[in-house]
Amino acid sequence: MLLYVTGFVNTIGSFDLETEFTPITSLLGGMLIGLSAVILMASHGRVAGISGIVSRLLPPAVDTKGLPIGITFVVGLLLAAPVWSGVFGQGSVAVISSNMALLGLAGLLVGFGSVLGNGCTSGHGVCGISRLSGRSIIATGTFMATGVITVFVLRHFIGA
Amino acid sequence: MHYLSTLFAGLLFGIGLIFSGMANPEKVQNFLDVFGTWDPSLAFVMGGAILVTAPGFWFVRKRTTPFFHTTFHLPTRKDIDARLVTGAAVFGVGWGLGGLCPGPAMTSLPFAAPGVLVFVAAMLAGMILAKFTALPLRKTITT
Repeated sequence: MLLYVTGFVNTIGSFDLETEFTPITSLLGGMLIGLSAVILMASHGRVAGISGIVSRLLPPAVDTKGLPIGITFVVGLLLAAPVWSGVFGQGSVAVISSNMALLGLAGLLVGFGSVLGNGCTSGHGVCGISRLSGRSIIATGTFMATGVITVFVLRHFIGA
Repeated sequence: MHYLSTLFAGLLFGIGLIFSGMANPEKVQNFLDVFGTWDPSLAFVMGGAILVTAPGFWFVRKRTTPFFHTTFHLPTRKDIDARLVTGAAVFGVGWGLGGLCPGPAMTSLPFAAPGVLVFVAAMLAGMILAKFTALPLRKTITT
């Protein structure tokens, strides 16, 4: 399972903990994500963009034709952590802020922004770049840049 | 049978996120913290994914149709408009603040950490809000 650690948090909600550089597991994990995207494209001709898949299940204008595919994919996604924990007995550590206001704001911006910009890390960052889509390359560059600026401000200006 | 492939794809995607470290918000924030405790691991996640997806998509699209469906649903737009850039910029700010994007947030949901619950609820609300505001503009986009 994912073990959530919420204790080591300052008032802003950022962390100063270093994380281990994991090139091999990250590369292999990334390849599994890529394989999943290829399976979805080969079987149903759909882009494995999580924001798109999730938002199409939501009102208004629910994509009724794609509903069963979207729901089964999301169910699979939800099963991943329990299956992981069942197979390996214990999980990886996930450190998340305990600042609920910050997380609420973060979620709102992620949801709003990904729908407005037609994609997120998976849809633009993985699938779009793989198709050499100009829109996705621009979008990925943009969210990487604002992400870096945000963390810089959060950690080195306001925060710790 | 054909829903089994979708279920398996979702499961594999989630396992990939957990194994790669992408489901750990701390690691994501460290990836974005170029001027601090930088951890470049997530570049390898994206690189690994593209390494499989780019040739994979190329092979798949040599077929005229997917295995269990009549057409490929691929984005056709090529124009770079203000909505795309604004949306991506807003998304990046949220990603930096929380260290979570939609995939890892959904994967993390079953263990119901309070922070994840708040994040996902807000994310779904943000998506609905964006769909309402963007509705008149989205008529040309078929998914």
